[in-house]
Amino acid sequence: MKQRRMSDRLFSLVVYALLTGLALTIVLPMMQVLTISVSPLNVVNRYGFHFIPTAFDFSGYRQVFHKETIWTGYQNTLVRTILGTGITIVMTFLGAYPLSKRQLPNRAFWTGFVVLTMFFSGGLIPSYMLVKNIGLMNTVWSLVLPGAVSAFMLLIVRNFIAALPESLEESAKIDGANDLYILWKIVVPLSMPILATVALYAAVDHWNAWFDSMLYIQNEKKQVLQLILRKIIIDGTADPSTTGAADSMNAPTNSQAMKMAALVVTMLPIMCVYPFLQKYFVKGTLLGSVKG
Amino acid sequence: MIRRYYAYRYFFLMLLPVVAYFALFHYAPIYGVLMAFQDFRVLKGISGSEFVGMKHFRELFSGLYFVPVLKNTLIINAYKLLFGFPAPIVLALLINEVMRPAFKRIVQTISYLPHFLSWIVLSGIVIEALSPSRGPINIALMELGMKPVFFLADTDWFRTVLVSTAVWKNVGFSAIIYLAAIAGISGDMYEAAEVDGIGRLQKMYYITLPSIAPVIVIMLILTSGSIINDDFDQIFNLINANVSSVGDVISTYTYSEGIAKMNYSYAAAVGLFKNVAALVAVLSANFIARRFSDNTIL
Repeated sequence: MKQRRMSDRLFSLVVYALLTGLALTIVLPMMQVLTISVSPLNVVNRYGFHFIPTAFDFSGYRQVFHKETIWTGYQNTLVRTILGTGITIVMTFLGAYPLSKRQLPNRAFWTGFVVLTMFFSGGLIPSYMLVKNIGLMNTVWSLVLPGAVSAFMLLIVRNFIAALPESLEESAKIDGANDLYILWKIVVPLSMPILATVALYAAVDHWNAWFDSMLYIQNEKKQVLQLILRKIIIDGTADPSTTGAADSMNAPTNSQAMKMAALVVTMLPIMCVYPFLQKYFVKGTLLGSVKG
Repeated sequence: MIRRYYAYRYFFLMLLPVVAYFALFHYAPIYGVLMAFQDFRVLKGISGSEFVGMKHFRELFSGLYFVPVLKNTLIINAYKLLFGFPAPIVLALLINEVMRPAFKRIVQTISYLPHFLSWIVLSGIVIEALSPSRGPINIALMELGMKPVFFLADTDWFRTVLVSTAVWKNVGFSAIIYLAAIAGISGDMYEAAEVDGIGRLQKMYYITLPSIAPVIVIMLILTSGSIINDDFDQIFNLINANVSSVGDVISTYTYSEGIAKMNYSYAAAVGLFKNVAALVAVLSANFIARRFSDNTIL
């Protein structure tokens, strides 16, 4: 019995050690980024670990905030996130509500029309041509319209609405409420939890998106923050064709502090927000996995 | 029929913008796939360009460039599955063994972080962390008297970096589903095991793991479809000329052929090949799922 308790204690030790190890692989690189971003050149170049700042120099941040593209990038990202998330919520609900009605004529067909797009797509080049042909290039619409509705999210919302008790709508109807009133005063408020989940996912996706901005927006002033960051940290090195490797070849200059400052400025909003919203994201993944 | 549609006219009015959206942004590009069978000219459009049949697909497999790219894609994805699939299961099992709620919460919150960051941010972090001059791994190697490794510029290391950073990004968030499954296990079995004096490692192995086996099987079937779909965001932001021979995959190849070099038809053929392969993978996975359990995705 005593031996068993010993093995349990050893087991515990291994568990805590492994989990702490995993957490450190995330925390230490973050601390290094923070440290380099506030360090003067001689500290950046000094041999050794850079997890905790030993001297402070905020010239990296000053350089970043003097870049006009950082500000326009922030603004463009904010605009696309708010506009895109709004469009996504409205469109997803507009699709999900009718399809949740069991008596809807040809319901299976219309559902299939949406679901089919989950399994096959035209691919990068035809989508690019489409955006080009319908004149969305260089506008914010090229960032918010092509991915506005996810068929998968639409299905989840549809299933959620379909599972709401029907008696609520019926009793409202008996009380003389018209369809629009029922929709606005009963269905929408009851769907709020699921719509909030959809909104959170859409907002994070928009905040992190950059490829569409690279494809469709040529004007640097209209590009999103992530892409500006990419230019600073990846393309910004001596030779664009060697991206990451260039950093390894060149002796680090103080531009390193500036790069890390740009990194911090980009990820800070998400880092501050996600710990408080994580339970909604957790709920979201579970909704997605339990398919009816 | 018309009368029934009329009765539901307001519902269809709601549905209309959504149907229009899918028609325009999803079905129109599917029609656009025709350009893979043409020598597409932008000015002539799909209706005016000349049809060349399977020319681009023949080029795909007889040419020098696509086959290595396909090979890279399959190898990288296979390794990502091999390590990325069990990792969240192990993590969930470990987190489940933690008795202190505060520790549990902190580890989980930290482990979610990379999931919420873009690959541009993450590649900045990874490049810095693997830097031969400042990266902690290389500093540690040098402290041990070894030479620093150029992880991101070394063809022997680049795939390892891709696989490990992908696992690192996703492991925390992917563990959620398994933790939920573990939370659903009835406590009776553990109590019975306790009476029998069974240790914690055995409990994990004989009770927890078998109890979440159905979830594991379903997740395996669902993710097995991802063998052909590579992670453009990750690879595009980490790849460089030194390692493109081992790191160039279908999506980065499609981008460089189609957008950078403007070989529209050829790139569309590459994309179509990938999408068909992905569809076959998903359908066969679903077929297997239907054979072995009630949980299907279709």
